Amino acid sequence: MDFIGVQMSRLELSAPATNRRLINDIPMLTLVQTQELALIAALRRGDEAAFLSLIEQFHAMMIRVARKYVPTYEVAEEVVQGTWLGVLHGLDRFEHRASLKTWIFHILTNRAKSRAQREDRHVTFSDLLHFQIDGPTVDPDCFGPDEWWKFYPNSWDNRVEEHVLGQELYALIEQAVQTLPPDQATVITLRDMEGWTAAEVCAVLEVSEENQRVLLHRARAKVRTKLNHYFDRTNAK
Amino acid sequence: MTNPISEPYPELTCREFVELVTEYLEGSLTPTACTCFEAHFADCEGCQIYLDQMQQTIKALGKLSEEAVPVAGKAQLLACFRDWKRTLPAVISV
Repeated sequence: MDFIGVQMSRLELSAPATNRRLINDIPMLTLVQTQELALIAALRRGDEAAFLSLIEQFHAMMIRVARKYVPTYEVAEEVVQGTWLGVLHGLDRFEHRASLKTWIFHILTNRAKSRAQREDRHVTFSDLLHFQIDGPTVDPDCFGPDEWWKFYPNSWDNRVEEHVLGQELYALIEQAVQTLPPDQATVITLRDMEGWTAAEVCAVLEVSEENQRVLLHRARAKVRTKLNHYFDRTNAK
Repeated sequence: MTNPISEPYPELTCREFVELVTEYLEGSLTPTACTCFEAHFADCEGCQIYLDQMQQTIKALGKLSEEAVPVAGKAQLLACFRDWKRTLPAVISV
């Protein structure tokens, strides 16, 4: 869905000459960056359509991410609302060092973390550490003394393919992600559900590439384990 | 420099393999580690199944985002936007 792109062709036509000159004067901008400059200029002018396009694009995803840190959906909505205000008031200070998207989500995760701490300590201190070495991601009992599989995992064949639109499996994966430590949940949501790049996620969470990979790996492995239990259970029936 | 063929690569265990899956998929293993990983994969049915399960997990997660979520409280957000707009200096709103 390229909502912003569509929106921009319209916005650019109506952009004042000063903005257009600004855009043309900066060499070698990608299309995305150019669109972003136009979007930010439109927001700074108070263009409602520009704000709406931003909401359409990010709001639901922001609630999803906020929800990883705070205890309820309602609190997540408040955090996101506050983030939008922070974004508007911070627009003048936005320096294009990050993309608009990473800047917004950086504000969001910081707000969600401090809200979680204030709220009810839903997020413990160790959750806020960027990653913890919390042991192997596959139950050590699966391996023999030689550290090779004692029993092979059961093949899923292509059952995810066939199943995934089923409500039960959908709920299972959602729930598996929701019970991960917040940073792991955020990384897997942005990387695997929303298709962000590793670099974007590193910028949002202020973690190194390596830590990002560790968070992603632990998150994926835990979701895999839950799926595996589910398939083993349904197989046994 | 030693000939890599005469110098056998260290053999990975399954337990090590499962912890390297994401690094492998991200393309961040060193060439040597990558060779070890792939050599183990070729030999081990259990790890072939495991890697496939991880890839199916990733695919399943990707499908979740396709569920569209309606934006609740859009009116309230717009109201905030209009409040904010009033604080803009008149010069900017040409």
